[in-house]
Amino acid sequence: MKSPLFFDSTLRDGSHALNHQMTVEDIRDYCRLVDDAGFYTVMVGHGNGLGASSLQVGLSKVPDGDMLAAARENLKKTKLGVLLIPGFGTIKDDLIPAMDCGVDLFCVAIHCTEADVTRQHIEFLRKKEKEVYGILMMYHMTSRERLLEEALKMQSYGVLGVILMDSAGTSVPDMVRDRTALLSGKLQVRVGFHAHNNLDLAIANSLAAIEAGAGIIDGTLHGFGAGAGNCQLEVLAGVLAKVGVPTGIDLYRLMDASDTVVARMMKRPQGIDSLSLISGLAGVFSGFATQVKKAAERFHVDPRDIFMELGRRKMVAGQEDFIVDVAMYLASKKGLKEESYDIESLL
Amino acid sequence: MKKARVAIIGTGNIGTDLLMKVQRSDILSCGMFTGRNSESPGLVRARNLGIPVSSESVKAIQDNPDCCDIVFDATSAETHILHATILRRLGKFVVDLTPSRVGKMCVPEINLEECLDVDNVNLITCGGQATIPLLHAIVTVHPETEYVEVVASISSRSAGPGTRANIDEFTQTTRTAVSLFTGVKKAKVIIILNPAEPPVLMHNTIYAKIRTPRLESIRTAVAGMAERIRRYVPGYQITLGPVVENDRVTTMVEVIGRGDFLPKYSGNLDIITCAAVKVAEEYATRKIMGSRA
Repeated sequence: MKSPLFFDSTLRDGSHALNHQMTVEDIRDYCRLVDDAGFYTVMVGHGNGLGASSLQVGLSKVPDGDMLAAARENLKKTKLGVLLIPGFGTIKDDLIPAMDCGVDLFCVAIHCTEADVTRQHIEFLRKKEKEVYGILMMYHMTSRERLLEEALKMQSYGVLGVILMDSAGTSVPDMVRDRTALLSGKLQVRVGFHAHNNLDLAIANSLAAIEAGAGIIDGTLHGFGAGAGNCQLEVLAGVLAKVGVPTGIDLYRLMDASDTVVARMMKRPQGIDSLSLISGLAGVFSGFATQVKKAAERFHVDPRDIFMELGRRKMVAGQEDFIVDVAMYLASKKGLKEESYDIESLL
Repeated sequence: MKKARVAIIGTGNIGTDLLMKVQRSDILSCGMFTGRNSESPGLVRARNLGIPVSSESVKAIQDNPDCCDIVFDATSAETHILHATILRRLGKFVVDLTPSRVGKMCVPEINLEECLDVDNVNLITCGGQATIPLLHAIVTVHPETEYVEVVASISSRSAGPGTRANIDEFTQTTRTAVSLFTGVKKAKVIIILNPAEPPVLMHNTIYAKIRTPRLESIRTAVAGMAERIRRYVPGYQITLGPVVENDRVTTMVEVIGRGDFLPKYSGNLDIITCAAVKVAEEYATRKIMGSRA
């Protein structure tokens, strides 16, 4: 078993847990601490990627450009990475400015069945000789055959790896092992895995992925991220050491960053509350949690019912506007009228 | 009455849906349906209907310029840039359904008049056609609106290969148009493809940030605009609001298609093909038939 590349998304997925209120100081201090500690890349930005700051999924406190500049200044050895979801960000408004900021590595992400809409962005970046990876989000929502087909498309556009995102944290190790082995056997490029911890399986799933051939693990320090959080990278590094896989990671430095800057950023302990569990079971995007809680309070419905209904309607990442729709629908089923609500704040 | 003749380039989802709407028109008739694949389902269907077809794309119009006065381009942004020059030389009135931004951007309910005097009209995108009229209604009440945002969700099935290959232009062009038509510089557009089965209806959410909005006036303006759009897009319906919370105005609109080519969930086809037919009909009535009379 070989060590995977560690993709660190603390300053990207962690943005969800902070309602995208990450500060320049957070970014600066964090990057200084983890630079050259063994991560292959440090991903920085809004949780939904470049250009995603919006009323729909949450406004960033700091503009993309300022976040990237702060990171760039403090990452001397480790690559600076960004995420882009086509449909949220564009080449002109977002990719070109990010390239001008000196970003080294790009992940182009899309819902697991829609790989063909990443072609323009991947090919554009490859022409500029940038390092590009593809991400298939909510990978649990399609068949293994279709997943392979979509991953092969991304490979044909020129990515150096395809990362499966368990965006809903709904995976169990058998499923991870199966999909990762299938893709690792058929792709010429690296296969990666990004876990969420809704079912307390983020480490187990990441380990299963590595055993099945994954060459990239994407996670966060302290597990800091949307919903129940992510695969805790310092723990994974420890686990790999324990099973005799050298990672080249400086564990003490990761622990220090985790205990200081990340602990400082966290608004609440990263754990699995009932809503994270239900969201994992419903197979709903982890980033929805904050807005679901607010809609549930506003419309006097059970947030667990909102998650189950969103799962039934097969909502994908980015469809936060449907949370209100579902909350209103559930309220109307209870015989309450829309007019009886004083809609003040869902944000 | 003699009908004005149109040609349609592009035989995919949009081109075929458009053809079926032209077939229903009292003013337009299709003189050429042309694409690149002689076996595409759209082309086969048109051939069976007895419509002149070709698999030589724009060349069919170059070879037989008399087949039409008006050309609809439903190919791709990249391809339309090439077509625009050729069609200009042929003196055709062009209605462009790709997000190429070559011609004058048009939202019929806002600026149809001034678009009839140019030779190339661009219909932005389906997301743009569905949301810009409502945003326009809102900023008419509140010209000082600080920020506007659009989220358009489309079922994966109704986004054909052309739309997918143009996702970046689709997003960028819609954003540019939102700013242009509302006069609000800060604008954001999000496009989402949802593969759920059964497919989801085309769904659009609009947000506007306005300090102390006058909700009643906004509601009247939005309802009035929706009513006018329904005259040419019958399945256009407001499903939420407008409502206000924290100086944020939100409204949602769904578009149920007529189910001409793809089933009813594909309202994204109807919103742009209905706009295209409306522009062409107005042009035909005023510029072609008007000058003949």
